[in-house]
Amino acid sequence: MQPYDMPDEKGHFGQFGGVFVAETLIEALDELRAIYEKYRHDPDFLAEFHHDLKYFVGRPSPIYHAKRWSDRVGGAQIYLKREDLNHTGAHKVNNTVGQALLAKRMGKPRIIAETGAGQHGVATATISARLGLECVVYMGSEDVKRQAPNVYRMKLLGATVVPVESGSKTLKDALNEAMRDWVTNISTTFYIIGTVAGPHPYPMMVRDFNSVVGVECKSQMNEMLGRQPDVVMACVGGGSNAMGIFYPYIDLPQVRLIGVEAAGYGIETGKHAAPLTANSPIGVLHGNRTYLMQNAEGQIIETHSISAGLDYPGVGPEHAWLKDIKRAEYVAVTDIEALEAFHNLCRTEGIIPALESSHALAYAEKLAKTMKPDQVILVNLSGRGDKDINTVAKISNINL
Amino acid sequence: MSRITNIFKALKEKNKKALIPYITAGDPHPDLTVSMMHALVEAGADMIELGIPFSDPMADGPIIQRASERALAHHVSLSHVFKMVKIFREKDAQTPIILMGYANPIEAIGAEAFVERAKASDVDGIITVDYPPEECMQFTSLLKEKNINSIFLLSPTTELDRVKLIIEQTSGFLYYVSLKGVTGAANIDIEQVKSRVAMIRKLTNLPIGVGFGVKDAATAKEVAKISDAIVVGSRIVQEIENSNKDNLIINISKLMKELRQAVN
Repeated sequence: MQPYDMPDEKGHFGQFGGVFVAETLIEALDELRAIYEKYRHDPDFLAEFHHDLKYFVGRPSPIYHAKRWSDRVGGAQIYLKREDLNHTGAHKVNNTVGQALLAKRMGKPRIIAETGAGQHGVATATISARLGLECVVYMGSEDVKRQAPNVYRMKLLGATVVPVESGSKTLKDALNEAMRDWVTNISTTFYIIGTVAGPHPYPMMVRDFNSVVGVECKSQMNEMLGRQPDVVMACVGGGSNAMGIFYPYIDLPQVRLIGVEAAGYGIETGKHAAPLTANSPIGVLHGNRTYLMQNAEGQIIETHSISAGLDYPGVGPEHAWLKDIKRAEYVAVTDIEALEAFHNLCRTEGIIPALESSHALAYAEKLAKTMKPDQVILVNLSGRGDKDINTVAKISNINL
Repeated sequence: MSRITNIFKALKEKNKKALIPYITAGDPHPDLTVSMMHALVEAGADMIELGIPFSDPMADGPIIQRASERALAHHVSLSHVFKMVKIFREKDAQTPIILMGYANPIEAIGAEAFVERAKASDVDGIITVDYPPEECMQFTSLLKEKNINSIFLLSPTTELDRVKLIIEQTSGFLYYVSLKGVTGAANIDIEQVKSRVAMIRKLTNLPIGVGFGVKDAATAKEVAKISDAIVVGSRIVQEIENSNKDNLIINISKLMKELRQAVN
């Protein structure tokens, strides 16, 4: 079998990906691609990246056998890749460290980012503070309300948080606004995109920086069990935590890869954020071609998920590709199912998971039941749930 | 030869510059778009750039974003836009119409269907903001088959080799984006525009339009000295936003006349 080698040099994953931006951004993307090509295999750059991941982020994150939870569910053994234990509480920091180090090498004094749940914003504000870079984070005004603790965190870290009032006032609009900022301030500014979307080289670059997760898993699983898991599972919004853990496993066909999207109120209601599971049409948004939730006229429609980090109408182009070539499977779980898994993990394992990650946990529960006790599911526990306690409390009619 | 090319030829003989106003189809109301188009022509527009509303107009500033939102509140889709052009053509068979929009609404109906319908409505040119030439070769050749012009943007940062590539794919005119930023952004640096336009002229005989930063008659006048066409978008859309349905036509006509005078 030929080793997996995507995207092509123009950033295409088959018909997906590419560079769909206004001409005003092309030169900046060319420059970024050149810089990334120069440093992606550069030993000094990689040494600095891995040094920061070790001493600043706290990597490697452990893999934890959730034994009590597995027993309770009945069936396969569930292991958790503990990205929630990273500095800033989620996988997002891996990528921001990588991109910020590139920004430093390019001599850009100003960082911008978009954020949904706020985890990417916090991670970007964190690394910007550490490197002494100005940081501006765009966040949909709806998300600003939903994720107040993270907004304050970013401010503590010295970032400016700009609430975005246009469109649906969520992640996609924050991304639009960050793009507008970038095109205006292109000579001074580095745009740290937080997911495996956007124009080339972002989907590839974010995947590469985040694939440290999957690389660690491979050696950790080998150490712990002397083999690889039967299933690797992760939640998918834009899809960066999933790409990070999937990527090193793509060439191991015996390992099933399952991405779990947000079914919101249910796929049948139309109020969800699951373009892959719902068979949404292909379209162009935020610089790439991918499966996209839209109406018949090609207008992007509003999505719904309890988790702000999954509330996105598109999906990274590489996931669209992995779905088409049938290397990964995509499923979706509802708000209610995710909440149930959230509570289950809190009570049985003493871990408060992020609502995003709870989607993957919910599907792990479903799938484990159909598997044998000697089989293994590895779930990317992509973030911790401290940021979500207000949301969960509100649903339980509790006023904090 | 296309309508656009003919207009540029005719204007050049008279030593005049083309003035191209932009409005978003369906803003402030779909019933008003066609009469606004006629009014703009009467007040001195040589061509009209008609925006296709989109939910995520990434390259536009707040003024044109709001125009898209107003149009979408009335559910204006590509079908409406084509219909508007058709109705416009009943009374005006000369003025070129250029559709400007984003890739997704085009892909939603399919490139072939889009080109068919654009031809059937007698559209003259297409600007797709987020289609760099490399990503839409097939679309460009479909347009060419139907003699519809593909107008591409050039930016202040476009490298020389790329300028050549874009020129190869462009027909009608080249659209030079006069600033780093979104539509309707800060003041433009006329000297910089001048030197870039001079550089582009060495590479092509295509007419060059300048847009994105032409905020008032004074800027239009300066830009007219160095370009073949002046595109005015946000300034006109702002006038639309500030008007009501009773004074809308009067206000945009007045503004258009001011711009015409400045450019002449």
